[in-house]
Amino acid sequence: MTELSLRLAVSFAQILAEMSIVMITVATMTYFERKVLGWMQDRMGPMEVGPYGLLQPVADGIKLFFKEDIVPAGANKAMFALAPMLTMVVSMIGFAVIPFGPNMTWDIFGMRIKPFVVADINIGILYILAIASIGAYGIILGGWASNSKYSLLGGLRAAAQVISYELNVGLAIVGVLLLAGTLSLVEITEAQSGGFWHWFIWGGRPDGFFPIHTQIFAFVVFIISAVAETNRIPFDLPEAESELVAGFFTEYSGMRFAFFVSAEYANMTLVSCVAAALFLGGWNAPYPGTILEYAGLEQLAWVEHIVWFAAKVYFFLFLFIWIRATLPRLRYDQLMRFGWKVMLPIALANIIITSITLYFFPRV
Amino acid sequence: MEQVFFFYFAFVIAAAAVLVVVVRKPIYSALALLVMFFHVAGLYVTLHAEFLAAVQIIVYAGAILVLYLFVVMLLNLRQDDRYHRQWPTAAAVGMTLAIEAVILTVMKGWTAPVVATGTETTVGGISNTGAIGDVLYSTYLFPFEVASLILLVAMIGAIVLAKKDVGEREA
Repeated sequence: MTELSLRLAVSFAQILAEMSIVMITVATMTYFERKVLGWMQDRMGPMEVGPYGLLQPVADGIKLFFKEDIVPAGANKAMFALAPMLTMVVSMIGFAVIPFGPNMTWDIFGMRIKPFVVADINIGILYILAIASIGAYGIILGGWASNSKYSLLGGLRAAAQVISYELNVGLAIVGVLLLAGTLSLVEITEAQSGGFWHWFIWGGRPDGFFPIHTQIFAFVVFIISAVAETNRIPFDLPEAESELVAGFFTEYSGMRFAFFVSAEYANMTLVSCVAAALFLGGWNAPYPGTILEYAGLEQLAWVEHIVWFAAKVYFFLFLFIWIRATLPRLRYDQLMRFGWKVMLPIALANIIITSITLYFFPRV
Repeated sequence: MEQVFFFYFAFVIAAAAVLVVVVRKPIYSALALLVMFFHVAGLYVTLHAEFLAAVQIIVYAGAILVLYLFVVMLLNLRQDDRYHRQWPTAAAVGMTLAIEAVILTVMKGWTAPVVATGTETTVGGISNTGAIGDVLYSTYLFPFEVASLILLVAMIGAIVLAKKDVGEREA
């Protein structure tokens, strides 16, 4: 029984560390987004709180914490309270299967643990898809429970949008799964080791063959669908300010509002992690091996791996903000037509082509 | 330990399933159904069928139930037209199930416990997902294709139904 409790303690420590990293990323993102948007629009962004506005996330947090918690009249109180919690929890638990660093084991108290992934389960990517599909509930329930027309419309739009684009996300990753032959994110990332051209976005074979298995179309479909799934501009129809005030969280205030907003950023981080792990080689550097390894510091090679993973994730997060600053919002029918008539055929064609090329040019 | 998990999941599945039909507001029924799907998935995990568990959540909780919620919210059912005189049918089905349950519990005492067959040992080497794929595309290929065909028919049917008024307007 002591081993079980020890294992639980280690797992809790890992979960705590991972949660802290994600929450810090979320706080950074709220600052980063306003700052980058500011620069792109030729203004300063937050400057008042702390040097260069660096303490703005802290100030925002304190403000939201002390705001009055308003429950609108006629709202369904239980559901109104449940929705933000559900959204937040769902956005956090997806990180359990993300490999932040190399697949190594540390022996602690005679136990073998993987320090950089909380749970290396053999259906990792399916777990992420399942969690993402649950995310819609928080939004729908929040929209419905608010007893407001804007919220309800936002919730309904979110439901239709998430279902439509989740299909594309699922189909886009099938090509990668075909190449890797596994559902575990750790093994998928390991299959991409060996440098830039071995990442699945190019799909170069281990023997250095011409990258015939390229997943670049799947990658584009995945990124666009990920933007749509996280309800970001230009696909932020569920919370379109000019039409629906703030969509499904119009009636929310204080910490509940903060939950919805943090969940959005956490979801962005999650899809960025998945995109990095599936298409850009996860923790693998764009050159074979690591520099620290060549320098004779094998013990510290994991630092370099983690830096590469973080760099890729932050690249995607920057891309999200960049897209937001660049593109105007789509109309709802355009959004649906784009999802079903453009993205879906591309994703399906990618599966067929990948299967055929994989049949004639197997990877092993 | 496994027993504890099994009975927890079994109890919650039964309780949530009862709640689905007992609760008065349709939205609570849908949520009870969601809880039930999750615990069914949990039951699959205790059986080491992780793939099935994930697919259970993706398909049922993630897609089908969201559509239910959609309908529930849009229709805003009134109190009076919820039960379309379902009593006779419900009673018949309920009686059948109750009798079946009684017979099964009685029979259980007579038959020997089912011994695990060779399937578990053959699965051992490859992953759970790979095993399902192997079986689905070899032993059960025909049922699989039939199911695909049925889904295709349903899909075409849905398109025809949805497109009907568009065609009329153009004509």
